[in-house]
Amino acid sequence: MTATALLSQAVQLALALALAPLLVGWVNQCRAWLSNRSAPPLLLPYRTIRKLFMKDAVVASNASPLFRLTPYVVFGAMCCAAAIVPSLATDLPFALAADTIALVGLFALARVFIALAAMDIGTAFGSLGARREMFVGFLAEPALLMVLFTASLISGSTSLPSIVDTLAHRELAIYPSLAFAGVAFTMVSLAENARIPVDNPATHLELTMIHEAMVLEYSARHLALIEWASALKLFNYSCIGLALFFPFGIAQGSENWAAIALAVPVLVGKLALGGFLLALIETVSAKMRIFRAPEFLGTAFLLAVLAMLVHLLLGS
Amino acid sequence: MQPDAISLVLAAVVAWLAIGALGIAGLRKLRFVSRVLFPAGAGVGIALAVVAFLAIGAPANAVVLPFGLPDLPFHLRIDALSAFFLVLLGAMSAAISLFSAGYFRSSEGTPPGLICFQYHVFLAAMALVLVADDAYAFMVAWEAMALASYFLVTTEHRIPEIRRAGFLYLLIAHVGAIGILLCFGVLQGGSGDYTFAGMRAAALSPAWASVGFFLALFGFGAKAGILPLHVWLPEAHPAAPSPVSALMSGVMLKTAIYGLLRVAFDLLQLQLWWWGVVALAFGLVTALFGVIFAAAQTDMKRLLAYSSIENIGIIVSGIGLAILFKAYDKPTLAAIALTAALYHALNHAFFKSLLFLATGAVLHATHERSLGKLGGLIHRMPWVAWLALVGTLAIAGLPPLNGFVSEWLLLQAFLFTPTLPQSFVNMLVPIAAAALVLAAALAAYVMVKFYGVIFLGRPREANLAYAKDAGKHERLALSLLAAGCVLLGIFPGVVIHALDPVNVLLVGSPVGEAAGNWLMLAPFGEDRSSYSPLIVLVVIVAVVLVTMQVVHRYYHGRVRRADPWDCGYPLQTPRMQDTAEGFGQPVRQVFEPFFRIERELPTPFDATPRYRVDASDPWWHWIYVPVARAAELAARFVGLIQQGRISVYLTYSFVTLLALLFLVR
Repeated sequence: MTATALLSQAVQLALALALAPLLVGWVNQCRAWLSNRSAPPLLLPYRTIRKLFMKDAVVASNASPLFRLTPYVVFGAMCCAAAIVPSLATDLPFALAADTIALVGLFALARVFIALAAMDIGTAFGSLGARREMFVGFLAEPALLMVLFTASLISGSTSLPSIVDTLAHRELAIYPSLAFAGVAFTMVSLAENARIPVDNPATHLELTMIHEAMVLEYSARHLALIEWASALKLFNYSCIGLALFFPFGIAQGSENWAAIALAVPVLVGKLALGGFLLALIETVSAKMRIFRAPEFLGTAFLLAVLAMLVHLLLGS
Repeated sequence: MQPDAISLVLAAVVAWLAIGALGIAGLRKLRFVSRVLFPAGAGVGIALAVVAFLAIGAPANAVVLPFGLPDLPFHLRIDALSAFFLVLLGAMSAAISLFSAGYFRSSEGTPPGLICFQYHVFLAAMALVLVADDAYAFMVAWEAMALASYFLVTTEHRIPEIRRAGFLYLLIAHVGAIGILLCFGVLQGGSGDYTFAGMRAAALSPAWASVGFFLALFGFGAKAGILPLHVWLPEAHPAAPSPVSALMSGVMLKTAIYGLLRVAFDLLQLQLWWWGVVALAFGLVTALFGVIFAAAQTDMKRLLAYSSIENIGIIVSGIGLAILFKAYDKPTLAAIALTAALYHALNHAFFKSLLFLATGAVLHATHERSLGKLGGLIHRMPWVAWLALVGTLAIAGLPPLNGFVSEWLLLQAFLFTPTLPQSFVNMLVPIAAAALVLAAALAAYVMVKFYGVIFLGRPREANLAYAKDAGKHERLALSLLAAGCVLLGIFPGVVIHALDPVNVLLVGSPVGEAAGNWLMLAPFGEDRSSYSPLIVLVVIVAVVLVTMQVVHRYYHGRVRRADPWDCGYPLQTPRMQDTAEGFGQPVRQVFEPFFRIERELPTPFDATPRYRVDASDPWWHWIYVPVARAAELAARFVGLIQQGRISVYLTYSFVTLLALLFLVR
């Protein structure tokens, strides 16, 4: 464990915390442009978070301590995940603590906590949101793991830095299995991050909400942490996608300052492009009924299994 | 002289039987039974766990008792496998007996002294099952275990449904016992030697070995609840008192796993790859069915019973994978799959006992088992609620708790199957991994439903406001089990190292030094995969604490209490919260072919509209109802010869005699 490794770990975590709201702002801006509206400021998410931190927290009278603890746990789990996903460098000492399977487990931990907190108040919308979130979760999780398994089989490792090391050093040939896996991963990410077509982050109609219904009762600092954690989740998923399918530019090996310095603008560029594509997908598709979600995520799951079978059949 | 391990185990068995006998002496003295006898039984449990833990690494140790029939003494032996399961039995019985000390009250059913007797006979019989070294002793102990647990299930025997559930349990237990008996018959290979040593020496042909293995899978599967022999679990568990449910689910199902492992890896000298595939398939189907049905349940103990079926499915699929690797001569991988199965057995014992005991505390406080009439208990019963939260997160397979470790290990083992020579199996196994992941993800859904509906939200009934938290014995027992869940979760390296003698015994290879140290779990080396729950836990806790400090210091910690947001509709009642039925509805809809659903929909013109939906277990209608009908039909035909006149019966005797004279001439 070298000083470089520790430093790149710290830089990466700080960058994730700092850039995550920016990514959300950027996606919102692109969405506005694409639908011919005037865009909100790029830095709006930061101002929202700051404003929320200043406000007095209003908590429902029958909320238990679990309700107030949850935002911190969710935020903690997402920070932990952000430290594992290699976005700048692969020489991450902390990444040894959890591989891809544990990463999926961390996301599940956050999801279970937030669903429990939603049920804590005992309003109809909270439990409705919790039920839908867990529903989407159990459909998406197997597909996500199948995608990660395909990448693990190619590289012979379930640790994300090793996967990136393997995938980045191949010749510039398209792996057919990764093509399938990439489509599956995109579909899963849309569902997991409460995006159109599964959920609508901008909705104000309670009956169609999933994620928003769960956090209806939160306010002030609790809401700020949840919003920040959601932004971190989007950031983490984007970085997993980039690491698996576009690993070029991530610094490899230790003691390579220049590569790490170069990795930052590359990452920002890739994220900007990815955010634009996300906004494009959201603009051209419509939100679907909740009971269409099994078809959508079932397709993702089949694509992921297909990717794995293609890898086993063709060996690529 | 240092007493050997097997005599100490026998001493524990005798101590349990003596405590049971004292219970008979004080049949109706509730205070004596609950304050003296059950805690004493817990002490014996701790002693047994310590003795057995020390015996895991020690060489096998046997003794012959001059009991039983002439020329047929009891052979007893303790080796690493028995010792591991004895640790499980001892630890669980300690916690559950402690809980029982505060649990049993005077009731209409069995008097407390008799419960104490049956309970301790049950424990002693399970211990004897685990150390039996010949078929005769094994079957005696096995049947004693089934009978004792039958009487415990029917504690409230004045209620007809409970008698019915007990009968179903006894029936399936005996169908399974026939399978085990026939299995031992096959395994002795014509030598007439029914000791386990004789069975190990018998050289069976692959065909006979397969017959033996599948008889064992059937017989032990009936006890463990493998599909389609699972139907007794959701009936018997809700019927039994909660400590008994915990003991049956946490320990008794594991004795069936023990039996399966004993036959498959120890008594049989060869393993065929397709046994592994069959066991894997049965395990995964069981896991999926179990968890899907758990999602649809509205009775909290039935839900947990179905969840036990799911977990047994996961354990059996791990065993199947281990057989597969062993048959292809990859002992290190087999060791990892086997470790995952054993680890999951241990984990399941801890979190399922914890949750069953928590439902027992809820049941005592509210007299309500139906999820539709609970809610909000985290305010009234904080101890039970927070400890049950640990069990809920553990069983949902979330890091950094223990349920995740065994699933992680099993998935790692799955990821290695592409190294097998058979390409057909290679293709199959990723699908199997997908099914396992689906079952694990559904388990999280089920547990959110379980915990959210019971402990969170607002109370759905007015009388829940008077619910009282558990007493001090119960709190202590629940805390011990919750601590076990956390410790097994954050120190997996230590546990796996302790399990290595079992691996060496069964598959001939340890997981080895590569398994990592106390901090880091890395069964194939750190560049392939690694997981350190302790670091994950420390990081999450640190981030939580630091964030709290920073937010409170740089901003403020002010909180206002207000009514929840009613969405402009102020007439909301607690009954409008999501019910257990509502929470199960998406699963019922997505997995509709798995259920047998009967719906009664009201017409628009009904004055008193009624909506009824009944999602039941289709296996009843696929297997059990046809079998019952066939038995009835056969009985009717046999009934034809019953005429009720003595002359006809004398004719039957005469004809039989003639036929025998003709045949046996």
